[in-house]
Amino acid sequence: MTIHIPTPLRAYTSGKESVPVSADTVAASLEALVTEYPALRGNLFAADGKLRSFVNVYLNEDDIRYLPAKEASPVTASDELTIIPSIAGGCCAATASRALVRTAPAC
Amino acid sequence: MLRIQFSDYETLRAHGEQTYPHECCGVLLGRSIDGVNEVLEIVPAGNTRTDSAHNRYNIAPVELIRIQRQARARSLDIVGFYHSHPDHPAQWSSTDIAEAHWIACSYVITSVAHGRADVTNSFLLSGTGEEDKSFSDEPIEILVSEPVSATR
Repeated sequence: MTIHIPTPLRAYTSGKESVPVSADTVAASLEALVTEYPALRGNLFAADGKLRSFVNVYLNEDDIRYLPAKEASPVTASDELTIIPSIAGGCCAATASRALVRTAPAC
Repeated sequence: MLRIQFSDYETLRAHGEQTYPHECCGVLLGRSIDGVNEVLEIVPAGNTRTDSAHNRYNIAPVELIRIQRQARARSLDIVGFYHSHPDHPAQWSSTDIAEAHWIACSYVITSVAHGRADVTNSFLLSGTGEEDKSFSDEPIEILVSEPVSATR
């Protein structure tokens, strides 16, 4: 199957937009991907091994979170897996508790 | 640097006026070469944050998938995003940085004051991941009949 890599993560896949992998499930496909490109692991998975909350993974047209078997969903060689980080934001945060964002200007 | 055609620049600013007092949002397609994110097409998107659309935006992942496929079919990449800040400055907020995950992409923000597009700024998301990401001011080069420099 083919895994499509979003722009910001191609720095870790030698610039490749798509990576072919051989696996039986979504989880195994993602594991094969990070095994081939280890630097991707921290960008896709949190310390507990789960996908980071902002990382969306679609099996063809379906968000894997809403598939009955989720990451254990079976895949075939013709399937496509797409990784797509979320896009969100907005003005005037109600809270700003992360050290990372302390310098954000009030607006 | 962000490089964009004047017509696209005006379109994204007009989008903020159209959705006022709510935030608009969209995707910038193009190519990233030698530190320049060159916009060749903009794709307006829907804001799914109907619960708080005046100060939040979110693009549905399924729409992003569609846009990314559209880009791939045209040999383009997603090089950035845009949104508006209704009646607030064109500066990134704590929410903007917390929710920004596309390293090396441009995040364009237009302030819309009383329904009229005002200042438009661009910020480059740098870093290697969530732990060290940061926004930096990014010049905008607006292309008209001849290249000119136009910044904040």
